[in-house]
This record gives sequence, C-alpha cells and structure tokens, in this order.
Amino acid sequence: MAAGGGSLMSSVFTWLNDPSHWRDDPSRSFIGIPTEIMTHLRFSAIAIGIAVAIALPIGLVIGHSGRATWVVSVVNAVRSIPGVGLLVLLAVIISPHFHGRTDLGYLVPTEIVLVLIALPPILANTYAGVDAVDPEVCDAARGMGMTSRQVLLRVEFPNSLPLIFSGVRSAILQVIATATIASYFPLNGLGRYIYDGFHQQDYAQLVSGGVLVALLAVLVDLAMASIQRLAVSPGVSGRFSKRRSAPADAATGSVRIKGEVATG
Amino acid sequence: MTALTSAGTVLASSSSSPLAFWSYFRDHLHEDLTFLWDHVYLSLLPVVIGLLISLPLGYVAHRFRWTYPPIISITGLLYTIPSIALFVIVPPLFGLKALDPKQVPIALTIYSVALLTRVVADGLSSVPEETRLAATAMGYGQLRRLVGVELPIAAPVIAAGLRVATVSNVSLVAIAGTIGLDNLGRLFDIGIQLSTPTPYYPPIVLGIILCVLLALTFDGLIVFGNRVLTPWRRAVAR
Repeated sequence: MAAGGGSLMSSVFTWLNDPSHWRDDPSRSFIGIPTEIMTHLRFSAIAIGIAVAIALPIGLVIGHSGRATWVVSVVNAVRSIPGVGLLVLLAVIISPHFHGRTDLGYLVPTEIVLVLIALPPILANTYAGVDAVDPEVCDAARGMGMTSRQVLLRVEFPNSLPLIFSGVRSAILQVIATATIASYFPLNGLGRYIYDGFHQQDYAQLVSGGVLVALLAVLVDLAMASIQRLAVSPGVSGRFSKRRSAPADAATGSVRIKGEVATG
Repeated sequence: MTALTSAGTVLASSSSSPLAFWSYFRDHLHEDLTFLWDHVYLSLLPVVIGLLISLPLGYVAHRFRWTYPPIISITGLLYTIPSIALFVIVPPLFGLKALDPKQVPIALTIYSVALLTRVVADGLSSVPEETRLAATAMGYGQLRRLVGVELPIAAPVIAAGLRVATVSNVSLVAIAGTIGLDNLGRLFDIGIQLSTPTPYYPPIVLGIILCVLLALTFDGLIVFGNRVLTPWRRAVAR
C-alpha cells in the first residue's frame, strides 16, 4: 500500500518535471502549465474585481450609515449553497443559449458563480470593519470639521482595512478553489489537469494538478499578505509598537474565522 | 442499479421542470437516500475526528504560548489549500491509491483540525483569569479544572467553530462528487449527463436543496446542543 503511494508520488514529480508539460502543444491539444496558470488567474481576477467593485462600496455605506444591515445577512445566506451545485445549475441554464465553438457558454455561468462566492466574505468583512471602528475616533474626526464623506473615506476606511483585506483574501482563496472546479466543464485553468487526469485515469496528471492548484493558492495568499502589509497603515496594524493591541487582534481573529468558510 | 440507467429510464417519463425534483426524488428514492447517507457521514465524521485531534493540539497551543504562532501558521496554511486539490494530494501522502474512498474523509479531517485547533486555543484563552483562579482555590487540579471548568466555558466558542466546520464540509463533500465519489454531489454529475441536448434540472435542483437542508439541520443541531450543554448562559440571560 505504502509502496503504491510512493510510486504515485514519484510519478507526480516526473510529471511536473517533464519540460513538455510546461509548453503548449497544439498538435495534441495540450496546454502547458504557464498558460493554464495565467488562465486560472485571469478567471479569478475578473471575478474578484467585479466582487470588490460591488461589495466594497455597499459594505462601506452600510457600515457607515448602520442602515440596511439585512443586506449583509441575505448575501451571507448564499454561503450555505454548495458552489458546485450553483455552477452546474447555471451552466445548464445558460450554456444552451451560446452556440458556436467558444467556451463563453461555460465562462459566463462560471464568472457569475465566482462573483456570487466572492461577495459574502468581502461584504461581511467590510461592514464588520467599518462597524467596529471606535465611535470616539469618528466623533473626533467630525469635531475636526470632517464631513460625513471624509469620515468614511479618510477615517473609517483606513481603520477597517485589516478586516477588509482578510475578507478579500478569503474571497480570493474561495474563487481560486471554485475556478478549479470550473474545469469540470470544458474550461481551461489548472483544474484541467485534475479533470483530464481523472477521465484519462492518468493519476500523475491528476495529482500534479492538485499540487499546482495548492501552490498557486498559497503563493497568491502570500502575495496578498505582503500587499496588506504595505497598504495598511502601521498605526492601524500596530506594527509601530512592539505590543499589538490585544482586543483588536481578538476581534480580527473572530471575524476572520467567520470569513473563512471554505465553499470551494 | 447504476446511476445512469436508473436516471435514464425516468427521463422518458418525467418532466424536466426544475420543480419536478420531488418526483425525481421519489423515483430514485433508494439511490438518493444512499447519496444522502454518504453525504451525512462524510460531513460529520471528519468534524468529530477533527475535534478529538484539535482538543489536545489547541490545549498545547493555549498552555504553552510559544507553540501558538507555529501551530496557527501551519493550520492556517493548510486552510488555504483548495479542497479539490487537497482531495487529490491526500492519496500519495497517505499511501493510498489515486482514487480511494478514504481520501475525502482524510482531507476534510485535515480542514477540520486546521480550523478547530485555533478555535479551541482561542476558546480556552477566553476563559477569565478570575474563573481559573477561583477553580484552583476550590481545589481543582489541572485536568479537572480543564474538563470541568475551562472547556464548558469555552464551549460556545468551540460550538461556533464546529458550525463553520460542519456547514462548510457539506459544500466540500459535494465537490468530491465531481471526481466520481458517491454523495449528493453525484446528483450534479447525473444532472449534467442528462442535460444533453436539452436541460434536465430535477437532479441538480434536488442536490442543491438537500445540501442546503443538510447544512441547516447540522447547524441547528449544534446550536441546540450548545444550548443544552451550557444551561448557565440562559440563566444569566434571564
């Protein structure tokens, strides 16, 4: 049994090290690893871009005004729907309306599902972040003569950035995971290797696809962590002082756990 | 009776309307109940095993503070790995065949441990210092204090973690259906196969509805269990 696992492991290394797997080969319609990584990132980036453009302003306004908080609960309810089910349902509904040789019939439902999956963590964390800003800080800002809009954009927004980032990061991970499952349909991306490997019973390819997806997710999350370090003011993250403020950390922690529901 | 033949015979007789999921369910009762049962045990078992592993791990991370950052970083890293990737990476790591029924429960147990270890450590750390001191003053030894005082007080925090782990497991198990493993996710697979050339919705809609109901049921049960296990919280609320 263990020997079987060992040989699978070494065949995975062989597959990943094979230079022919790193090049596109149109003659046998094989798409190389770099191209699939770019495709995967493109799918994910489009969805995250749209989701941020929708959820960030709405979350900021709801948190700032304290009104219409039911929107957050409604969007949160989407999380209990299994992502695969939603993907299959939308693909079956939408794809017959696209004829011809493009994969648009699968791309459109996939992007819709990726956006739906990315919305709840971004919206919930943006709202929670703005809501958790100390009211005294906002009062002080108003006392200095800031308008309501200035308070939102120059005080509440920067102060809630750590939570917003954790929401966006959790959304990105879920989108990368679900974009993999989109290869269940004839769509490219790193999931192609997993599902091709499954159908061709080429288990080295199957597991290699899994390894590549895992590496991509971890590397993207690390990149986001560095961007977060640059973007969040040291005064907010507490990096300027040796002791982090404990309550702020605890609050971030609890919401982060809520945000990390893996639907992918 | 295989999935395809049984679904295929009914295709001729039943409606493809999304609302026909109920008659689809009755027509394939045996198969659907098997999927449902597989889904139930695949969602719950990993959380139970995960909790049993996380309790000692979380205790260590809480008791010896220097172990907290490394334990939390490693579990956080595990949690970033997408589920379908973890499903297919597990077999070579555990010496299984590439497609093995054990790969899903093992992968989901890893996720549950990753989530719950942090929750257990944070829950234990949330116990007020006065409470700990009071228990010690009453003559509680370390183990009895942990089991009789600290864990019950941490129970709501741990229950919140269990809810997240269980509800997300229900969605993750469905993904394993796309690589041919039996559970409610197979209904989506069947739905796609029956949807050429014209859409056939009933199994897909049925799969979504059963998954959501399952998640809501587990969530309700944990909330209820937490209420029963922590009667003093209601006493305070009153």
